[in-house]
Amino acid sequence: MNDILFQNARLIDPVAQTDAPGAILVKDGKITAVLSEADAKGQTAAQVIDCGGLCLAPGIVDIGVKIGEPGERHKESYRSAGRAAAAGGVTTIVTSPDTAQAIDTPETLEFVARRAAQDARVNVLHMAALTKGRDGREMTEIGFLLDAGAVAFTDGSRVVTDTKVLSRAFTYARSLNALIVGHVQEPGLSKGAAVTSGKFASLRGLPGVSPMAERMGLDRDISLLEMTGARYHVDQITTARALPALERAKRNGLDITAGVSVHHLTLNEFDVADYRTFFKLTPPLRSEDDRMAIIDAVDSGLIDIICSMHTPQDEESKRLPFEEAASGAVGLETLLPAALRLYHSGQLTLPKLFRALSLNPARRMGLPCGRLMDGAPADLVLFDPDAPFLLDRSKLRSKSKNTPFDGARLQGTVAGTWVAGRRVDQE
Amino acid sequence: MIFNAAHLLGIEHLHPTEITTLLDLADRYADDNRRGIAHKDVLAGLTQINMFFENSTRTQSSFEIAGKRLGADVMNMSMATSSVKKGETLIDTALTLNAMHPDLLVVRHGSSGAVDLLAQKVNCAVLNAGDGRHEHPTQALLDALTIRRAKGRLHRLSIAICGDIAHSRVARSNILLLGKMENRVRLIAPPTLMPSGVKEFGVEVFDDMREGLKDVDVVMMLRLQKERMDGGFIPSEREYFHRYGLDAEKLSYAKDDAIVMHPGPMNRGVEIDGTIADDINRSVIQTQVEMGVAVRMAAMDLLARNLRAKRAQKAESAV
Repeated sequence: MNDILFQNARLIDPVAQTDAPGAILVKDGKITAVLSEADAKGQTAAQVIDCGGLCLAPGIVDIGVKIGEPGERHKESYRSAGRAAAAGGVTTIVTSPDTAQAIDTPETLEFVARRAAQDARVNVLHMAALTKGRDGREMTEIGFLLDAGAVAFTDGSRVVTDTKVLSRAFTYARSLNALIVGHVQEPGLSKGAAVTSGKFASLRGLPGVSPMAERMGLDRDISLLEMTGARYHVDQITTARALPALERAKRNGLDITAGVSVHHLTLNEFDVADYRTFFKLTPPLRSEDDRMAIIDAVDSGLIDIICSMHTPQDEESKRLPFEEAASGAVGLETLLPAALRLYHSGQLTLPKLFRALSLNPARRMGLPCGRLMDGAPADLVLFDPDAPFLLDRSKLRSKSKNTPFDGARLQGTVAGTWVAGRRVDQE
Repeated sequence: MIFNAAHLLGIEHLHPTEITTLLDLADRYADDNRRGIAHKDVLAGLTQINMFFENSTRTQSSFEIAGKRLGADVMNMSMATSSVKKGETLIDTALTLNAMHPDLLVVRHGSSGAVDLLAQKVNCAVLNAGDGRHEHPTQALLDALTIRRAKGRLHRLSIAICGDIAHSRVARSNILLLGKMENRVRLIAPPTLMPSGVKEFGVEVFDDMREGLKDVDVVMMLRLQKERMDGGFIPSEREYFHRYGLDAEKLSYAKDDAIVMHPGPMNRGVEIDGTIADDINRSVIQTQVEMGVAVRMAAMDLLARNLRAKRAQKAESAV
């Protein structure tokens, strides 16, 4: 006997790229069958869930989530992040190692893994630092960290400025087949910048960085990939000018993928308006032309992954003059409704959205989830793509409430989130 | 007479009519100042606090004199030596001050947008005395009054703003104000000191002084802001003076009756030749200082009227 039958659902299948009515059978935490509506008749299960025509999709896999453990638990704990993820339809979190004390040793990694297993109700995987203390001088124990469960290596938003150090890390990682996640930004040119240079930066008198700095950072890392053959993922590509280089690198067969944050897909530099620090991000928000080009790149598949770049910041670090304020926004809970803006604007179909939200990040991290197929984990999100709501930041589950979508009109509410066949979004 | 603003945070949010209202009033104050006619009743009973997070002599004393001429109780807080050094945040400082019920708060701060942030947290009228590289509205207004008195009008003039535009809040406020009043604004600077995307402001951009100064009515020089530069914008001060410093030869490209302005303090021999700065037929630099007091009197007068009206309304609705 099956455990759960999801019937009368609108199945969003990112592998087959279909959006059609159907049903799903779940047993022992795994999907056992994906059925058409006709075949679903007569199927039984211990629990039958009538989806009422809502969308059922593979749960979101969010890469690069920052959690305040260890060191800044007042900003976000594994418990609060897990609740936020479940409420937002995120079934797998891949954490970033840029905590107060960097996750750069197997011991620290084991500590956070234990904390996550105790407290988080969704799957949590961890990235480890690429260099010790994330200070770009010496590579971490990549082998031991892999054994301890690290799924990728990154220094977060810090760029390894010493190219020799980075080339050695790439070369060494290659021998272990480890994935490196890079942040591309020419460090000299972007130093001190708070926004993207241009009319808005000049009008507000804020130090800006040319969008070209992103391409320069990407060009360097692509050259190193050619040298070393490492596996590489760019955390965020946010400018049109970086896209041709990315396209060329992929065409030349380099093992490279790229992501973008949902904020860069849905907001632009003018949203900062009168120095609203919740819109201060790394990299800074870009021009509308860049935003449009990046949406096209997600549509074509050139950019593989959409993530939230969830970065909790407390009120004190944001209630400062713009240049001094901390950077980053929370996003676990708003990732899906924000991404659905692109569906409602007719720019991306739901299967394409879930290719970028679930399938591609799962593939890149070597996970079996992110798919609607027999044998895949029953990590699922049921949502109403059209239900409108006004976002109230005080209602967010995250301990930090620094969302740029406060008061925004959004569409798309989560009706249920399941991890390995277990409902996780109910308090 | 139209002036609706609750604060004077920047030129960006002012309507041309509000600018004219303010300049008309300042014009009268300027005349009265010359005649020694006092107006101690205008701000009588009001408290004005000058909060300068960046050191300033001329702007702070100008605001202080303006407040005193109108009868306000003026207090200067030098923030460089205060609790800010002990780690207090800007918002806490603002809330502390707010609890003392000031009526007019004059603020200068090194970060762009800091004065906007502060204005959101207090119940009094806030005047921006310069925030980072963002705006310095009273400077633009005093420049406008100086031009209007020298040229007899403040529209359809060709005005060149020259020098370190990238680091200058004075330039930003002036570009906005002069544009709103329908003048032709030209910016002249080495490309490294020109802010990005500036062409979209509706200005003409030049990197050659002679070309840019051709037939202009007003030459506005800017101070080379050495303290805001983290190196390498220009090769040297002497090369800068050679190419962009205002001397008689370069000035000869402007109209014969063109006036020369500078917001001060001047770096003689860096952006301006001393003999030009001292030429009473061309330089209106001292007039700018004089107009500064008048413009600040007008600004505080208008904001105080709005503040009193708002408070009266509140008291009425409370009854």
